[in-house]
Amino acid sequence: MGDGQAALLEVRGLKVAFTGDPAGSPVVDGIDLTIGRSEIVALVGESGSGKSVTALSLMRLLPADAKITDGSVVLDGEDLVPLPEKRMKQVRGRRIAMLFQQPKAMLDPTAKVGGQVAEPLRLHRGLSRAAAWERTVQLLRDVGIPEPERRANAYAHQLSGGMAQRVMIACALSGEPEVLIADEPTTALDVTVEAQILALLRRKRSEAGLSILLITHDLGIVSAVADRVAVMYAGRIVEHGPAQTIFSEPRHPYTQALLRCSLLTPRSDGRVVSIPGSALAARHIRVGCRFRPRCQVADELGIAQTCESKEPTLIACGPTHAARCWAVAKQEVPA
Amino acid sequence: MTTTETRAGREPLVVLDDVSKHYPVRGGLLQSKDRVRSVDGVSLAIRPGEVLGLVGESGCGKSTLARLILHLVPLTGGRILFDGREISGLNRRDLKGLRREMQIVFQDPFAALDPRMPIGTSVEVPLGQHGVGSREERRSKVVELLEQVGLDDSLVDRLPRKCSGGQLQRVVIARALALGPRFLVCDEPTSALDASVRGQILNLLVELKERLGLTMLIISHDLRVVRYMSDRVAVMYLGQIVELADKDELFDRPLHPYTQALMAAAVPEEASAPAPARIKGEPPSPIRPPAGCRFHPRCPRAQANCQREAPPLEEVRPGHWVSCHYWDQETLDQDTTT
Repeated sequence: MGDGQAALLEVRGLKVAFTGDPAGSPVVDGIDLTIGRSEIVALVGESGSGKSVTALSLMRLLPADAKITDGSVVLDGEDLVPLPEKRMKQVRGRRIAMLFQQPKAMLDPTAKVGGQVAEPLRLHRGLSRAAAWERTVQLLRDVGIPEPERRANAYAHQLSGGMAQRVMIACALSGEPEVLIADEPTTALDVTVEAQILALLRRKRSEAGLSILLITHDLGIVSAVADRVAVMYAGRIVEHGPAQTIFSEPRHPYTQALLRCSLLTPRSDGRVVSIPGSALAARHIRVGCRFRPRCQVADELGIAQTCESKEPTLIACGPTHAARCWAVAKQEVPA
Repeated sequence: MTTTETRAGREPLVVLDDVSKHYPVRGGLLQSKDRVRSVDGVSLAIRPGEVLGLVGESGCGKSTLARLILHLVPLTGGRILFDGREISGLNRRDLKGLRREMQIVFQDPFAALDPRMPIGTSVEVPLGQHGVGSREERRSKVVELLEQVGLDDSLVDRLPRKCSGGQLQRVVIARALALGPRFLVCDEPTSALDASVRGQILNLLVELKERLGLTMLIISHDLRVVRYMSDRVAVMYLGQIVELADKDELFDRPLHPYTQALMAAAVPEEASAPAPARIKGEPPSPIRPPAGCRFHPRCPRAQANCQREAPPLEEVRPGHWVSCHYWDQETLDQDTTT
């Protein structure tokens, strides 16, 4: 966050564990995350990194076998973690709302989409049937749905994926929340539609002052929308900083490799870059850096022994930029 | 229109001749006569040893096209030749023989493998079905196949849930190669995988292609994948091929407005860069595709006649085919004069 903005959402030392999984470390293992007002922060990670569990825990919507074991989620001065479910229900939707990957799966197939947008307006805002409908049409128009009066009477299966995601955005914004958590909101959409949805989110940020936590595996979309980026690996934040810095000067070997991977441009030998191995066992690494088994930088710098014996902390490499890597420590300390 | 085959002297391995697949629309109170025109008049030829990329958005018919080639779904119209033989008329036995020649790698390796079946057994199944070797021979063949895709024999007894996505996709590829096919279709082979392992699988496919002399059809919505893998690329929109050219030609000089829009949308833009001119809206329904050119409602170049006349797929440069009344002549002129 950097430029003196007040933090709207502040996550500190968050740990989430699954009860049936005592062997590994917590899926979310002590992460810090700060989102300022009308800021877009991207949480980037691959499958199993813990990014979606993070999203669900901010909403307090974790599955029954997962539990927040430590840490706080402070929204505008109030910690959401100890909040009773009844209070949390008032926060959810009205102050913090969520957008999911599969918009069509989230809509009730048996009800008209307009009714689904109107329902929370009637329940939470106490609007009359007519007023809720009017507001619904307005919301649908606002997210770029053509002929909103007609589309409000459509069923989910009659909408394209992009239209369904627009309806979900209207739904999420109906309670005028301050924070929107968007978990892979465009992954199920085509590229030409993806660009439209991202533009809509950006517009909502500037028009409504909305803060957005964008959760994604795709660095490509991050560069198009985010102000700041946090990269997650095996339950840990391994690097965070301003989006431009992360793209131009990534410091963690994982971020560096991920950026090269996502371009899919062949090297001189005609092959494309990939990171050897997989992240499958990384959460079971008890000692040392969790990325070590896949890291080439440790070998190149001859610091593998350090990396294997002790896990690095997030080491500052700029005023608002930090990376969890011994190589960074080595380069930063002598200066 | 098998004339898309222009240069190669050799006979194409796979020929699609005006191929169509229409699905009836079911449901509703009234018996609907609507049909989903999933694939609508596609002609293509795939040369031996070639990798043809097929790119398009969801619902454009690219996966249906793959299933038609493999004879997993019957044709509505047209014909498909494999190595000169028409495949739709084959009897059961010949079809089984054909299955040894052509195989498919699907998108989601978690769904493509039986969760209760150990990896080794999954790879062995096709060998058993086709009566290859004795039980012992099949077992050693399985180990050999796993080694070929970069996996060691410790995986033989492992269940899929104990493996990573990248490992499972290697297993799926090993199984597809078990019977020694000449032609491999890969339908979104890396879409279900993490970015860090995607390159491993693509590199493996390229190595296998070179080592085994495979002919391949790579289907993807991801232009980067198609660009890396393919010799030639076909762009599909609402059931039809709208552009076809050599890979470099297509990426350097996209001439169809849809191809241009796809490329503009796919390039990760700088946060500060001005947004490129994008196409509006979403692909219309393939149930009632727009009259004339199917792309006209979204097309920035559309004129009045585009609403009435469907443009033919024409060769505008050697090997470069475009289906558009107003394809980008300027791009072509600029590039050919400089």
